[in-house]
Amino acid sequence: MVYLWAILAFGGLVVLLSLVLIIAEKVLINYGICKLDINVGEKPLEVDGGQTLLQSLFANQIFIPSACGGKGSCGHCKIVVTEGGGPLLPTETPYLTRKEQKSNVRLACQVKVREDIYVRIPSDLLSVKMFTSTVSISETMTYDIKLIRLKIDGDEKISQRPGQYIQIQAPSPDGPVFRAYSISSPTYEDDSVEMMVRLVPGGIGSTFLHELNVGDEVIFTGPYGEFYLNDDPETEIICVGGGCGLAPMKNIIFSIYDKWPDRSCWLFFGCRGTGDIFYLKEFKELAKKHPNLHVVYALSEPEEGADWSGETGFVHLPVDKMLEPDLERQAFLCGPPLMIEAVTRVLEDKGIASDDIFYDKF
Amino acid sequence: MNETSAIVILIAAIFTNNILLANFLGMCSFVACSNQIGTAIGLGTAVTFVTVTTSMINFAVYHYVLVPLELAHLQFIVFIAVIAAFVQFVEMFVERFSPKLYFALGIFLPLITVNCAILGASMFLIIRNYTFAQSVGFGFGGGLGWMLAIVLMAGLRQKMRYSNIPKPFENVPIAMIVTGVLAMAFMGFGGMVSIQ
Repeated sequence: MVYLWAILAFGGLVVLLSLVLIIAEKVLINYGICKLDINVGEKPLEVDGGQTLLQSLFANQIFIPSACGGKGSCGHCKIVVTEGGGPLLPTETPYLTRKEQKSNVRLACQVKVREDIYVRIPSDLLSVKMFTSTVSISETMTYDIKLIRLKIDGDEKISQRPGQYIQIQAPSPDGPVFRAYSISSPTYEDDSVEMMVRLVPGGIGSTFLHELNVGDEVIFTGPYGEFYLNDDPETEIICVGGGCGLAPMKNIIFSIYDKWPDRSCWLFFGCRGTGDIFYLKEFKELAKKHPNLHVVYALSEPEEGADWSGETGFVHLPVDKMLEPDLERQAFLCGPPLMIEAVTRVLEDKGIASDDIFYDKF
Repeated sequence: MNETSAIVILIAAIFTNNILLANFLGMCSFVACSNQIGTAIGLGTAVTFVTVTTSMINFAVYHYVLVPLELAHLQFIVFIAVIAAFVQFVEMFVERFSPKLYFALGIFLPLITVNCAILGASMFLIIRNYTFAQSVGFGFGGGLGWMLAIVLMAGLRQKMRYSNIPKPFENVPIAMIVTGVLAMAFMGFGGMVSIQ
C-alpha cells in the first residue's frame, strides 16, 4: 500500500507541476504578433513572437539554408539582423568571424523573435522555393555513389545557376532535417534536378536518399549557392571535382556547352582507384563534340595492375602540369578540404585571382 | 516546535546564519556570477524568489502530503522536483520580462535548479521543525542572505579589478579567499540573534 501511495503522491506532484508549467508557457512565452522586416521594407511580414527567426522565415516561405535543422551546429543560416535580435549568444560565436560579429551577422536558428525585428537577406535567398518532387531515376554510379534524379511535381520549374545546390528534407528521429546536395543536372533541364549522393555510413541524408525507390516523394528547397559563372566566353573555365564533387561540375560543363559550344574548359576529376570513376564516358563523348573541353581524370591510389593509362597522383598535380599560367580564367572547386586547399594554391600560382575561385568544401 | 518569531528567523537567516557564508551552500553560481553587481542582483532576486516559494510549497507538501502518507523518506526527490519546476517557471518569467538579465545569467539561470542553497533551505526547515510562518521567514531570509553575499562579493570583485592581485590568485582563487574573509566578518553578527 505504501508503495502505491508513494507512486501516487510523487506522480501526482509531477503532473501538477507539469500542468503549472504548461499553463505558464502558454501565458508567458506569448510575445504577440511581431513585425519582421526584410531588406528595409522590401518584404514586411507579421509573425508570431516566441519562435526562432529561422522558423518564422520558414513559415513565410523564405528558406534560409540550414543543414542541421536549427540546432546551431552547422552555421549555415547566417543572416544580417540590423535591429531587434537581442545580444549575440554564446551558441553563435563559434560560427561567426569577428568581422561578421561586427556587421551584425547572426545565426537565424538561434535568434528568437521577441520584438519587431529588422533583417537583411540576399535577394538570391528570397527566390528560394520549396518543391515537392518524385524520384524518376535512382542509379548506382560506383560502389558508394548513387545518381538520384527528382522530377518536380506539377508544372513548377526550378531556375538555377550552374553550381548551385538544393536542400533535401530527410526524416530523422528529431523531426525533419535538411541536407545540402549540389545539382548535377544542367540549367536547361528546369523540370528536374539530379544529384550525386555518396553514402556516408550513419549519415541521415545520404542513407535516406540511397534507400529511395523510383516513385517516392521528396521535398526539397532551393536553389542556394554563391557560384556565379562568368558570362564572357573568352574566359576559360577550370572545374576541379573530387569524388562526388563532380556533381556541380557536370552541371557547369553541360550548361556551358549548351550556350557556348566553343568555350575553353578544363575538367579535372580526382578519386582513389578505378572503382571510384564515374561519368568518364559521358564527358569523353562531350569532349569529342566540343574540342575545347579537356577532361582529365586522376587516380591517387590506382590498384595494382589496374587498366589505367591516365594521370596518377592527387588531382592538384595534373592541374599544375597542364595549365598554362596567366590566362583569363575562372575556377570552380568542389571536394574535400585538403584538395580545395592544394588546388587553390596551384591556381593562385597560375595567376587566378582568389575572387575568381569558387569552392565548396565538404 | 520552537517559539522564535518568524521575523527573528528572517534576520538570523540573513546575518548570523547566512546560508552561503555560514553553511557555504550555493557556492558555484556565487563564484561564477559575481563579476557584475547588476547580474548579481538579478541572480540574487531569482534565487530569493525560488527559495521563498519552494520553501512554502515544500513545507506544505511535506507536512500535508508526505507526513500523513508516511512518505517522509521521499522528501529529497519531491523537493528536487518542486525546485526544478519552479526554476523552469522563473526562467520563462525572466526570459519574458527581462531578456537582458536572461542573457546575462545565461546558463546559470537553469543551474539554479541545483543551487544547493535552495534545497538546503528546504531541508533546514524540516530538520529544525519550523512552522509555516517560520519557514517563510527562513526561506525569505535565506534567499536575501544569499543575495546579500553575492552582491557584496560582486562589489568587492568590481573594486578588485583595479588592484594588483598576484597572478596565481587572479579571479577564482582570490574570490575564494575573499569569501572566507567575508564569512569571518559575518561571524561578528554571531551574538546578535541565534537560531539553531
